[in-house]
Amino acid sequence: MSDETLLQEITSQKYKYGFTIDIEADQAPPGLNEEIIRFISAKKKEPEWMLNFRLRAFRHWQTMEEPQWAKIDYPKINYQDIIYYSAPKSKKLNSLDEVDPEILKTFAKLGIPLEEQKALSGVAVDAVIDSISVKTTFKEKLGEKGIIFCSFSEAIQEHPELVKKYLGTVVPYNDNYFATLNCAVFTDGSFVYIPKGVRCPMELSTYFRINEAKTGQFERTLIVADEGSYVSYLEGCTAPMRDENQLHAAVVELVALKDAQIKYSTVQNWYPGDENGKGGIYNFVTKRGICKEENAKISWTQVETGSAITWKYPSVILKGDNTVGEFYSVAVTNNYQQADTGTKMLHIGKNTRSTIVSKGISAGKSQNAYRGQVKIMKSAIGSRNFSQCDSLLIGDKCGAHTFPYIESAHSSAIIEHEATTSKIGEDQIFYCNQRGIDTEHAVSLIVNGFTKEVLKQLPMEFAVEAQKLLEISLEGSVG
Amino acid sequence: MLTIKNLHAEIDGKKILKGLNLQINPGEVHAIMGPNGAGKSTLASVLAGKEAYEVTEGSVDFDGKDLLAMSTDVRACEGLFLAFQYPVEIPGVSMTTFLKASVDAVRKYKNLPELSAKAFLQYMREKQQMVEITKELTNRAVNEGFSGGEKKRNEVFQMAMLDPKLAVLDETDSGLDIDALRVVANGVNQLKNENNAFVVITHYQRLLDYIVPDFVHVLYDGKIVKSGPKSLALELEEKGYDWIKEETIA
Repeated sequence: MSDETLLQEITSQKYKYGFTIDIEADQAPPGLNEEIIRFISAKKKEPEWMLNFRLRAFRHWQTMEEPQWAKIDYPKINYQDIIYYSAPKSKKLNSLDEVDPEILKTFAKLGIPLEEQKALSGVAVDAVIDSISVKTTFKEKLGEKGIIFCSFSEAIQEHPELVKKYLGTVVPYNDNYFATLNCAVFTDGSFVYIPKGVRCPMELSTYFRINEAKTGQFERTLIVADEGSYVSYLEGCTAPMRDENQLHAAVVELVALKDAQIKYSTVQNWYPGDENGKGGIYNFVTKRGICKEENAKISWTQVETGSAITWKYPSVILKGDNTVGEFYSVAVTNNYQQADTGTKMLHIGKNTRSTIVSKGISAGKSQNAYRGQVKIMKSAIGSRNFSQCDSLLIGDKCGAHTFPYIESAHSSAIIEHEATTSKIGEDQIFYCNQRGIDTEHAVSLIVNGFTKEVLKQLPMEFAVEAQKLLEISLEGSVG
Repeated sequence: MLTIKNLHAEIDGKKILKGLNLQINPGEVHAIMGPNGAGKSTLASVLAGKEAYEVTEGSVDFDGKDLLAMSTDVRACEGLFLAFQYPVEIPGVSMTTFLKASVDAVRKYKNLPELSAKAFLQYMREKQQMVEITKELTNRAVNEGFSGGEKKRNEVFQMAMLDPKLAVLDETDSGLDIDALRVVANGVNQLKNENNAFVVITHYQRLLDYIVPDFVHVLYDGKIVKSGPKSLALELEEKGYDWIKEETIA
């Protein structure tokens, strides 16, 4: 088979999760103004401090301009065309029976049987359809240990002191265009608090979905790990097929106090658009963690296969002494997808360490960029960073780009950066073929080998899902 | 087992094979020798089904089937094995994973169930001993960082794992020291039986001291111009290829 036909085959790989739910939405009219923000806040029965937080962000946002520096290209977004609030009508559910059967069906199609997950895998799932949390499982079990795992709206109502104390402390309201927009209009998300000395006994997991047509989704996640605690959080995403581009601007804040450890894993599979680059999600996310006190550790692991455009830099502020930041990433782009992703490691404390391992895979006509910043402040005596950025190209119509920014204000710092670019060679495919392995399987073997270092960071059940996703995203793409 | 008739093949419009004929029966070892550029490696690549080569004329029958109509992976599943002259590195994929995929693919083709992990490891250990491959090597990524000798031994190891009907060894002896040569030859000799056959492509007759061929063919300018018993190899070693050229022209 020639390269051309093989490359064309990618495009016949239709998005498997392309379906929509018919749920009557309780939604705001399109557009963005103070009235809409008051509407969202009122809908959610928020206290005044929350409304003020939103309004302050909105007023600041109006003075800001959309950033242009990323290596991505997309038509101008009309923020007045977007619906900022949408909620499924059935609410206040006590059991699964009360959940809209349409929603349950959607979960089944996605392979997230809540009940089964509850029973078999021991993963607590806080499922988000559009903007409202539909069901939270395992809450009671976690409650016994004092762990709080709930929707963000619920946290505002029930744990206002914690939300007030940490919200906006890692990603300030005026941080960047999309984060500020999120501050103004966020609808829901997850909140986690792990008390002192508690090791969270299970992987916490959230599946996000974007569902209502023309609905922008603005999640807000806040995870606080108190002294000596540990939590592993998984975020998995799929979205149904849509013709119009959908904006997604989430904010995730992580706070790790003394000796605490947070492991945050993401598998992202949002609709990437069709073979002609039509449709797909715009994913403009701000994810940042702070190792606030000594010996804290934050680890980001991400597998990004979806979205038409990804603009995402999960970062760690290493404030406490001896703190550790890690970033492990696999980003796959195919067809007309564009990804500009990477990380920032800001070393402030003494003897802080960071590790960056980024694996970019580009196929089709896609563009894949790694953008990373390592900054060592004057105070960060004896700090070190290791970065490794590898790119794999499939076919000859795609691009891979690496933009590392390194700044060191202290001579005791050790910074290492390694980068490679390789191409899945015809020779490798031929070698596999000659051993009886067909081309599809050969590509997935080679890709798995390339990404192994990152995938092994994921919890077991997630690693399997991630591997499947990589296979789906790259089926038929050979160079 | 393999019948090649009037095979013509070219790459980028350049004619390499120009009417090659060869008959191989089960239980036979054939050596193919010839000067550089005669088409030895092209023959190996064409048999394995490398895309860059275009067959313009002729036929290849493999156990009653049209070999040229099959894709590379199907040829492998049908029992054709090529030991590469330059084995390819696949970073991050362990030999064990690779071989499991390979053995399972062939079994699937034959409608056999996949081997369990345990049965597979057991099978692999047996074959490892046969070709004196260390466990350490199978834990490493496919050919990555292997020495020249290790790569060639690894080819013979894979051959042992797949137990092919017909194995083509493309200059497996090049770059091998005498010990590695002995290990490679031992592997082949142990695998040899009345049901399979080997094509040993080589530049030197040295390997043929260890793997004794039933027939030696001289490939020159895309054709087999002379065939004979093992003694032909010695003759070539002694006289070089020039007399063949002269004979062919005359």
